[in-house]
Amino acid sequence: MKQGRFAWIVPALYILFLMTPIYWLVAMSFKTNLEITTRFTLFPEAFTLDNYAKVFGDERWRSVFANSLMYVSLNTVISILVALPAAYAFSRYRFFGDKHLFFWLLTNRMAPVAVFTLPFFQLYSAFGLFDTHIAVALAHCLFNVPLAVWILEGFMSGVPREIDETAYIDGYSFPAFFVKIFIPMIASGIGVAAFFCFMFSWVEYLIADALSRNAVVPITTRLQALSQASGTDWGVLAAAGTLTLIPGAIVIWFVRNYIAKGFALGRV
Amino acid sequence: MKPVNQKAWLLVAPVLLLVAISAIIPLMTVVNYSVQYVGSTGRFSWVGDEWYREVLHDEKFWNALWRNLVFSGLILAIQIPLGVLIALNMPRKGWGVPACLVLMALPLLIPWYVVGMIWQMFGRVDIGLMGVMLRDFGYNYEGDPMDAWFTLILMDVWHWTSLVALLAYAGLVSIPDAYYQAARIDGASKWSVFRYIQLPRMARVLTIAILLRFMDSFMIFTEPFAVIAGGDPVFLSTELKQTVELGKKAAMSIIYFLIILALCWVFYAVMTRNDGEPGAADQKQTKGGGA
Amino acid sequence: MARIDLANIRHVYGPGADGEPQYALRHVNQAFETGGSYALLGPSGCGKTTLLNIISGLVRPTEGRVRINGDDVTDRPTEKRNIAQVFQFPVIYDTMTVRQNLEFPLRNRGVAVSEIKRRVDQVIEMIGLGALAGRRARGLSADEKQKVSLGRGLVREDVNAILFDEPLTVIDPEVKWTLRTQLRELQRRSGMTMIYVTHDQTEALTFASGVVVMHEGQVLQVGSPKDLFEKPAHTFVGYFIGSPGMNVLPTRVDGASLRLGEYMAPLSSAPRLRGSPKLELGIRPEFVRLAAEGIPATIERIDDIGRHRIVRTRMLGHAVTAILQEHEQIPADPHIFFEPEGVHLYADSWRVDLSGKQTP
Repeated sequence: MKQGRFAWIVPALYILFLMTPIYWLVAMSFKTNLEITTRFTLFPEAFTLDNYAKVFGDERWRSVFANSLMYVSLNTVISILVALPAAYAFSRYRFFGDKHLFFWLLTNRMAPVAVFTLPFFQLYSAFGLFDTHIAVALAHCLFNVPLAVWILEGFMSGVPREIDETAYIDGYSFPAFFVKIFIPMIASGIGVAAFFCFMFSWVEYLIADALSRNAVVPITTRLQALSQASGTDWGVLAAAGTLTLIPGAIVIWFVRNYIAKGFALGRV
Repeated sequence: MKPVNQKAWLLVAPVLLLVAISAIIPLMTVVNYSVQYVGSTGRFSWVGDEWYREVLHDEKFWNALWRNLVFSGLILAIQIPLGVLIALNMPRKGWGVPACLVLMALPLLIPWYVVGMIWQMFGRVDIGLMGVMLRDFGYNYEGDPMDAWFTLILMDVWHWTSLVALLAYAGLVSIPDAYYQAARIDGASKWSVFRYIQLPRMARVLTIAILLRFMDSFMIFTEPFAVIAGGDPVFLSTELKQTVELGKKAAMSIIYFLIILALCWVFYAVMTRNDGEPGAADQKQTKGGGA
Repeated sequence: MARIDLANIRHVYGPGADGEPQYALRHVNQAFETGGSYALLGPSGCGKTTLLNIISGLVRPTEGRVRINGDDVTDRPTEKRNIAQVFQFPVIYDTMTVRQNLEFPLRNRGVAVSEIKRRVDQVIEMIGLGALAGRRARGLSADEKQKVSLGRGLVREDVNAILFDEPLTVIDPEVKWTLRTQLRELQRRSGMTMIYVTHDQTEALTFASGVVVMHEGQVLQVGSPKDLFEKPAHTFVGYFIGSPGMNVLPTRVDGASLRLGEYMAPLSSAPRLRGSPKLELGIRPEFVRLAAEGIPATIERIDDIGRHRIVRTRMLGHAVTAILQEHEQIPADPHIFFEPEGVHLYADSWRVDLSGKQTP
């Protein structure tokens, strides 16, 4: 399809709009608090790395980054591991109640998180898991497992069933076939699913905040506590905020060629 | 046709177990609370539908619901056309493709709280780039509810339009060239190409986009919380969070959940009805839709 | 209805892996006469589709001009060329009914409603989709969809030409035959210029009055099916047209004879050749006789396919195929004899006209 000669202006303007607030955050992270609060400058006049030094120098900041990345990774692994066999079942077989089950799974993606914060707190407290990484990781499975099943089912349906049958004829057992033949064939699907699991767990705030107190403080909780305190340290907040952009940016960079494919399946 | 195999349940079992723990048990707890009164001593007593009636007679609840619907409506009205417009004009080959994809996906991967924080820093009239620029026009989102609305909508457009654009883009790039060629042969106008080729091909992904954007905007909490800290406008989630009585909170949760489920069911029904033949449009032409 | 001229067309799709430009079309000069039915015949990747798209304006040639009725249309967009084209795979507008699909090209051009109805009714009957006219097009089977595509190509009465790009690939063999006959019939009745791309020689030879044989981005020969059979202008044409293809053997010229090893085959006159080209003798299997004398050969295989037999032999170390009619016997000590009217001389793969000219 031919696009107009000036078609590029539309995405260019949009990207400019996306980048401006981000630029402001990053610029602020290189300013001193004095400059931020007393003067309005487009570029940092007194360029400083102090804010970053403060973030990296403070054990509490370091631990919140580690905490977030920890439960996000745990959640991604758990989601993919349980979703793989289920997606296989949905893509290959019909069984009693399969369609209803699939829809019911999807409704969990629609569950309003705000509804679940209190019962989650009580549930995980009852099991003595409150304020642990695994609790947040399991809680995030609420929306990530259905999502992973959905995405993986799409990719698996694209692999012809003859592949399975040939492998069984060749004498593979189901687990051997699944691990050695099938998983490599849907590797890109696993990548896409993992990307979205990572994304939704990483950006979530309410549940992570509700299930943590001291040991597993997620990064956003700390940001929240500091930004609403009096005498906000804007520079440090901006620096920490800037740092939270990095994991996402890295992940996007790795999956940039698969994003469109994942979206193309219409399964997000 | 897929073979029938009841053993497939074994493969689904882990998911069921996990989702049961993280969905059914909490939901049951909420239902349980919603029909009881918890006294100061921690004693439970049965109150039936009293909490539900209280919520449904609470003006604050209706106001929040109304605000949420308006917000979601505005969000959809802006983001869907804008996302489609961007997708139509995104490059189809060359270095521009990964550049666009990466830059546009970036806001989607920012923790929601940070999104709110970014916009707070951007919009504040004392230190924000936008705030300072618009200050002279009387803009102040902390003082004026209309400005707060404006800021929240702009923030949501900033945060989520990429999702719509990327979905629409994926739909567009799946259209074979032959369709555009045929349209030129048939003398179709630009509008006809959009109306009869591009839009039908995007219909599926756009339904998903509408569904997702509706759900997420209807449940919005974190970003406004970060920007306006529970001030005006108060959305359903905010209302929920601010409600103190456990029973009322639980009843409100259930009503809230049911509204979302009902609306999603409507969307889902519309989506699957249009989908009469699942995936027919995406099949390779050689296979055809003879199924 | 129009005459289409292609003048010095070259087309490059950008450099290949080795950095050399990849020619889709090397150098094409070709005229399509008003009311002619042409087939563009050649193997996959020979540039047929590119040529078609250049005529319809979907592709702009790197070099050269396209003229319709003498007007230079090279820079004119597809919409303004008034050409219909049917593609290899069905293209339908999913959300429209079959009837709306067929109306679409006419409505876009502001044709009167009554006229649209008349034309569409006609076409629906021709493609045999009367029962489905009101149905949504997305639910149709592949060949029904292709019929709709075909119908959209045929619905415009006043087009300069209709181009078909292997339109019957996805259609059932029986239906294919009927549709092709109908197209032929329509062409004869309406006198429209039709250009039909195919890689199937039977399809080309039954459809067209003029067959354009292409190979590696060049037109090798244009002619009636009879010409292509009797005087293949290029060894590739000889090989590609006919079943089995022409025998091609290395040879030398010796006065008014061709020399094959120690044997001679006489020519009607002595060829005049420039330089020292690679010389080959071409002879169709239909003109190869098995006799008691001639050049000795050994028989390797005989395929009996009913009306005649195909005999694969080896002669002077080269494979030579012969076609034997039913009544002909295979001699005990076989020798090969070429019927003189079937012998062609090729210099650097191009046929040498023994009246003295070298083609092209």
